[in-house]
Amino acid sequence: MKRVTLAHQLDFDGWRTAARSAVLAAVLPDQIVWRVGDEAADDLFATDEIADAPLPAVDQPAFTVSRAFVDLAKELILHRDPARFPLMYRLLWRLRSEPHLLADASDPDVHLAHTMTKSIHRDIHKMHAFVRFKEIEAPDGEAAFIAWFEPDHYIVEATGPFFMRRFTGMRWSILTPDGSAFWDKETLRFGPGAAKADVPDEDRLEEHWRTYYASIFNPARLKIDAMQKEMPKKYWKNLPEARMIEGLIRDAGSRMEDMILAEPTKRSKLAAAVAKQTPDAVVEPMTKPETLQEARAAAKSCRRCDLYGPATQVVFGEGPEDAEIMFVGEQPGDKEDLAGHPFVGPAGEMFNRALGEAGVDRSRVYVTNAVKHFKYEPRGKFRLHKKPDTGEIQACRWWLDLERSFLKPKLIVALGASAGQGLLGRAVRVNAERGTPMTMPDGAPVFLTVHPSYLLRLPDADAKAREYARFVDDLRAVRSVVYG
Amino acid sequence: MQTTLQKLAVLADAAKYDASCASSGTDKKSSLKTKGIGSTEGMGICHAYAPDGRCISLLKILLTNYCRFDCHYCVNRVSSNVPRARFTVDEVVDLTMGFYKRNYIEGLFLSSGIIQSPDYTMEQVVAVARKLRLEQKFSGYIHLKTIPDADPALLLEAGRYADRLSINVELPQEESLKRLAPEKDAGRIRQAMGGMRIRIEDAKAERKENRKAPRFAPAGQSTQMIIGADAADDTSILRASSTMYSSYKLTRVYYSAFSPIPDSSKILPLIKPPLMREHRLYQADWLLRFYGFGVEEIVGVHEGGMLDLHVDPKTAWALQNRQWYPVDVNTADRERLLRVPGLGAKAIGKILGSRRWRSLRLEDLARLCHSVKKVMPFITCADWHPGGLTESAGLKATVAPVRQLELFG
Repeated sequence: MKRVTLAHQLDFDGWRTAARSAVLAAVLPDQIVWRVGDEAADDLFATDEIADAPLPAVDQPAFTVSRAFVDLAKELILHRDPARFPLMYRLLWRLRSEPHLLADASDPDVHLAHTMTKSIHRDIHKMHAFVRFKEIEAPDGEAAFIAWFEPDHYIVEATGPFFMRRFTGMRWSILTPDGSAFWDKETLRFGPGAAKADVPDEDRLEEHWRTYYASIFNPARLKIDAMQKEMPKKYWKNLPEARMIEGLIRDAGSRMEDMILAEPTKRSKLAAAVAKQTPDAVVEPMTKPETLQEARAAAKSCRRCDLYGPATQVVFGEGPEDAEIMFVGEQPGDKEDLAGHPFVGPAGEMFNRALGEAGVDRSRVYVTNAVKHFKYEPRGKFRLHKKPDTGEIQACRWWLDLERSFLKPKLIVALGASAGQGLLGRAVRVNAERGTPMTMPDGAPVFLTVHPSYLLRLPDADAKAREYARFVDDLRAVRSVVYG
Repeated sequence: MQTTLQKLAVLADAAKYDASCASSGTDKKSSLKTKGIGSTEGMGICHAYAPDGRCISLLKILLTNYCRFDCHYCVNRVSSNVPRARFTVDEVVDLTMGFYKRNYIEGLFLSSGIIQSPDYTMEQVVAVARKLRLEQKFSGYIHLKTIPDADPALLLEAGRYADRLSINVELPQEESLKRLAPEKDAGRIRQAMGGMRIRIEDAKAERKENRKAPRFAPAGQSTQMIIGADAADDTSILRASSTMYSSYKLTRVYYSAFSPIPDSSKILPLIKPPLMREHRLYQADWLLRFYGFGVEEIVGVHEGGMLDLHVDPKTAWALQNRQWYPVDVNTADRERLLRVPGLGAKAIGKILGSRRWRSLRLEDLARLCHSVKKVMPFITCADWHPGGLTESAGLKATVAPVRQLELFG
């Protein structure tokens, strides 16, 4: 048997030096006893202190270990269980022949290491959460803050930087039985352990904190186990709010019963006063809109099909009322639905660019859609565009007809099949009918071309360029028909 | 004249029906450079737990519980006779800093009743956040409840200071909202959420280009629905959630079981809060967001549009889709493993890592997941095959024993 004596509980360098020598000297994991400082030696059979009988000196590390192991070992050493030292050595020993060991969470040693680090992480997290500072007046008259905490593991130094980043602008000390941390707004220092009596019992805001704790509690939702799982009783003695718990639990049932059984009271005086100030809302009867503005306002509450439900808002047409060209797309997309304006998404950008190239002034045309709510399918964090069906196109035609009747455009341009269907009242095939002169049942002329989103979907760049040029040509034709 | 302590009792009580307490998922901030107070490091911290099992992470209060609105489910509605109070901006700032310096909280969650006008109310809420950030050099977490009808310039300023913004949709169906919260407008709420998503995305994109570009609610937006105040079934609640997650990229939807309040409204009788239903909805919400389930899959296996209170929604799905099982934990892909009741995303990560080096046996699996007993009917591994167990009629009784639900509310 060999024995290693480490300088203190967190003597990682000492452990590393000894472990490295031991591995090189082929000392099996079960042949070493680890102890710290002047701990009572319960290692009756351990004879040679490694330091006493030096192993072959090693200047250059004759083997390397992964960064992952070093990080793991540096965490494990924070654990209070003395078994951490042999575990660290056992892992190191095994890693030489099993380099992938740490990736196997089901290995018993790795599993034990994970269980230990989990316990350390939880302890650190709980220390971040449950330290309670008390304000004191320092000798120089300035305020300072002091806390007493009892962690499970050796984590004072590991948590110090967190408190420094958080409480930079105040002076504080955190005392624990194992060690203490001090911040003077400049430097973080660590010192020896302290006693609870070094910290005052009270703080001027604790009464406020207890009041908050009691008031935020909902007596109708008593779940004592859930509370204790996250805030175990061992922490209560140092939490100023914990003395409220017993009474809150005791009274919860009757407080809930009282609320349920209480008769509703009379309307408050406040309600009468507010009602006096608030004029009754005038509900206007719904008649057929007589202007484009009325139509736009009325469309906000459209229930002609079910698409209004999941959509954010109606997206009505936009443009001057004397526009000579009316462009009709399919339906608003994701961006249009959020913004409430037509053709503002990626397809809209492409449309604007093509209009510009064709010499058509965007501000002089009216743009709208065959269907005025966005139809989509939720897919996690995204919305997949869904084609409107015949019934929805038919239902929304009512608005399209209204827009047409107020605008009386010289030419209507249908962008894509849904727009064609909305205007012509029948299924259209864009490829076959594109460019052919068409009229609506009432004689209004319609020009059919592709929807700009079709151009966005083309996968290959050549086809995209070709189709884009064709689209611009169509728009040029539209321009010359309307403006000469 | 009320003292700050008296106001605190009233205005914390008034705020407790909002379930949100999260302080996670925001930008990293520390005070080392500003020499001020406060930090956020990604992971939220619960500084205490109340006996209702809820985390206390933020100072969650109302600026005032005076309110012009008459929402029948709400303790602060205008027609209620509860005591009223109003904090000054300075009182909230002082309480926040005082609590924060004692390490009681991660930050502030400030909401308010609507007084005078939406703009006036929002301006007061923003004034608190402004003072905390600019005068107190406070870098902790701030969550502000926003008012849909407030001036967009105020909402923009709110987003500069706040880590998170939220608007509560309250009820999943527009008709119930009209009946129970007559002053609220579902359409305006949706538009406000849409507008918020645009700003959050724009600010993220700008900050990618230029790290000095202003922040806008880096922890995103969230919302809350009240469960059990109206007749909405779980299907419509989950559809509403799925719509909002996909439309507005919400960080979270909170479900809040309708809970007794002092001085209730005549048109909304009080009930014991449906806590188990709330719990099942959270589980279903998790399946939607992290397990690749669709709403229709989750609710499709239930009758009457309600999740089974006796069995978690993933197990319910598994019991109805037994042809999917058993799943071989040594070969199945991630998506398939995610469908195994009892296996969470973390355990699956470990399984995928571990099985590269060994063929997993039950004993190995026991070290990787919470309860190997729960997963056994649905998996095979090197030394286990469930045989007829997966198909057996008694399986439901084994994996979902009927418990006294009374105990769980």
